[in-house]
Amino acid sequence: MVSASGILGYGFPESSLKAGLERKPHMIGVDGGSSDPGPHYLGSGKTFTSELAIKRDLSLLLRGAIANNIPMMIGTCGGAGGEPHLQTCARILREIAREHDLHFRLALIHSEQDKGWLKQQLRAGRVQPLGAAGPLTGAVIDRAERIVGMMGPEPHLAALEAGAQVILAGRGTDPSPWAALALHHGIPPAQAWFAGKMLECACNAALPKKHDCLLATVAQDYVEVEPLNPELRCTPLSVAVQALHENASPVIHKEPGGLLDTTECTIAARSERAVRVSGMKWKPQPYTIKLEGAEKVGYSAITFAGTRDAGLIGQIDSFLAAVRESVATKVAALSVSSGDYELVLRLYGKNGVMGEWEPLKDAKTHEVGVLAEAVAKSQDIANAVISVTRVTLLHTDFPGRLCKEGNMAFPFSPSDIERGAVYQFSLRHVVQPNDPLEMFPIEYEKV
Amino acid sequence: MPKLRDIAKACKSKNAGPFELTLDIMFEDAATFEKVRRTGVITPKLIAKLYRVPVESVVFTEYPPAFAYKATIERRIASGAVGDTDVYGAQQHAPLLDVEIPI
Repeated sequence: MVSASGILGYGFPESSLKAGLERKPHMIGVDGGSSDPGPHYLGSGKTFTSELAIKRDLSLLLRGAIANNIPMMIGTCGGAGGEPHLQTCARILREIAREHDLHFRLALIHSEQDKGWLKQQLRAGRVQPLGAAGPLTGAVIDRAERIVGMMGPEPHLAALEAGAQVILAGRGTDPSPWAALALHHGIPPAQAWFAGKMLECACNAALPKKHDCLLATVAQDYVEVEPLNPELRCTPLSVAVQALHENASPVIHKEPGGLLDTTECTIAARSERAVRVSGMKWKPQPYTIKLEGAEKVGYSAITFAGTRDAGLIGQIDSFLAAVRESVATKVAALSVSSGDYELVLRLYGKNGVMGEWEPLKDAKTHEVGVLAEAVAKSQDIANAVISVTRVTLLHTDFPGRLCKEGNMAFPFSPSDIERGAVYQFSLRHVVQPNDPLEMFPIEYEKV
Repeated sequence: MPKLRDIAKACKSKNAGPFELTLDIMFEDAATFEKVRRTGVITPKLIAKLYRVPVESVVFTEYPPAFAYKATIERRIASGAVGDTDVYGAQQHAPLLDVEIPI
C-alpha cells in the first residue's frame, strides 16, 4: 500500500508516486485531515489546503490508480471531513475525471452527524465523555455548527466490497483507509491497523522527514515500510518516532473497536532503507466512535502594535489594566453590554506564546508587541471594540510618559483586521453505535 | 550541569487532539537515554511542576525503542478557542529546555 503524503494537498514528488506504482501496490491513498489547524475549518466548512493543491494531488493519484486498476482511498476529505469538505473534494475529483476522461465507481462516505439522532443516543445513555470533559448535553449538540464522527475502517471496507474503486471519506481515524484495504485482503487487525498507523503521515516515518510517498508491505505477522524517494530512508528509530507522533501514548493507540498495542514490538532494519515491525497486538474493546464538533463563539477583530518605550514596558501590566478600564467605559457609551464582547490581549515579548504557562515572569525585553483581539456577538461590535482599543492603546497616559504623541507603533493602515466568525471545538465524547456502519452512509456514483 | 537543550536530540510539543498537548523528549542513543533515565529527573512530577497541572493528570511513558520520554497533559485552553496562544501546540516545549540533568 502507498501513502502519498502527510495530508491531501501538502504535495509529493511525482517521481515517488511513479516509483510506488512500479511496485504494483494494492492501493494508493492519502489522509486528508487533522484537527491541528484548529476549529475554524470544521466550523466554517472550508478546506485547510487550497483547492489548487488538492486538485494537483488528487489528479496524480486518480490517474495513477485508474491506469493501474487499483483503489484510490482518501480519508478525512478537505481537512475536517464534514459534508462541505467532502463535497468540495468530490467536485474537484469529478472535474479531474472529466478533464482526463476517466471512468470509475466512486463511493462517498458521509460522516456528518444528525443532531436528532445524536440526542437520541444521548438520552439512551450511549454517549460518554473523554478525558476531562463533562457529560454531553443537548444544548452543546444544538449549538454546534457541525458534528462529525470519526469512522473506523469498516465503511471503507464496505465500499471496497461493493466494488468501489475510488473512495472519498468524511472524518475518520487517520489509519482507516489502509487498515480497511489490508482487512479486505485478510490481514489480521493488529497488522492492518499498524500499517495504517505508519502510512497516515507518510514519510513522517522516514529520514529526512518530508512530504513524500511511503510504501508499506503488510503480511499476516509483520509490517514493512520503505520510502519511495531514493533520497529518504526508514530506520528503526525513524519508525519508532512515528509512533510518538500526535498520540497521547506511544505504545497504546485507541481506535474504534480496540486498542493497538505496540508494547512488545520488534523493530528491525531489513535494508539501509526498509524496516520490518512485528509483535503488534490488537485488543478488542467495545465499539465506540469519537465525535468532533465546532460551535461559533462570535466574531473577531484584531489589531497589532508594538512599543519600544522602556518606561511603558516597565509598567505594561498596570498600563494595560488602565487601557481595559477605559475601553470598557467607552464601549459602554456605545450602548454595548459588557456581556456582548470579550477583549483578549496577547503580549509578544512577554508571554505571547505560552500565556499563563510562561515560567519567565520578569525577563528584560526592549520591545513588546500587543495583539489585541475583540470577540463579540456581532462583527459590528467586534469592529467597534477593536477600534476603541486601538485608540486607547495609542493615547492612554501613564506615569512618566515622555511619548505623548502615541504609545504604540502600528505597522498597518488600516490597523484593524476583521477575522469573521470564530469557533471552538465543543465535543469531547464518544458514542456507541449499533454497528460500525450506522453513522456513515455510503453513496455510490458512476463517474 | 548540562541542560536538556544540550543533550537531547529532540525536545518538542504538539497537540494530541484539540484538548491535549503531548511533549516528547528524545536522545541520540540508548546509552544517553539510559544515563538520563538513571538520574530520575524526568518524571510525571517534573512535568506537573513545569506546566502547573496535577501530577495524576500527566500521562507519562518511557519509550526505549525511540530513546524517548512522552508526557501528555491537558491543554490550558482548547486549540483555537478564545484566548489560545498556540493552535498547533508546537511551541510549549520551552520550559523543558532548561531542565538540568546531572550526568
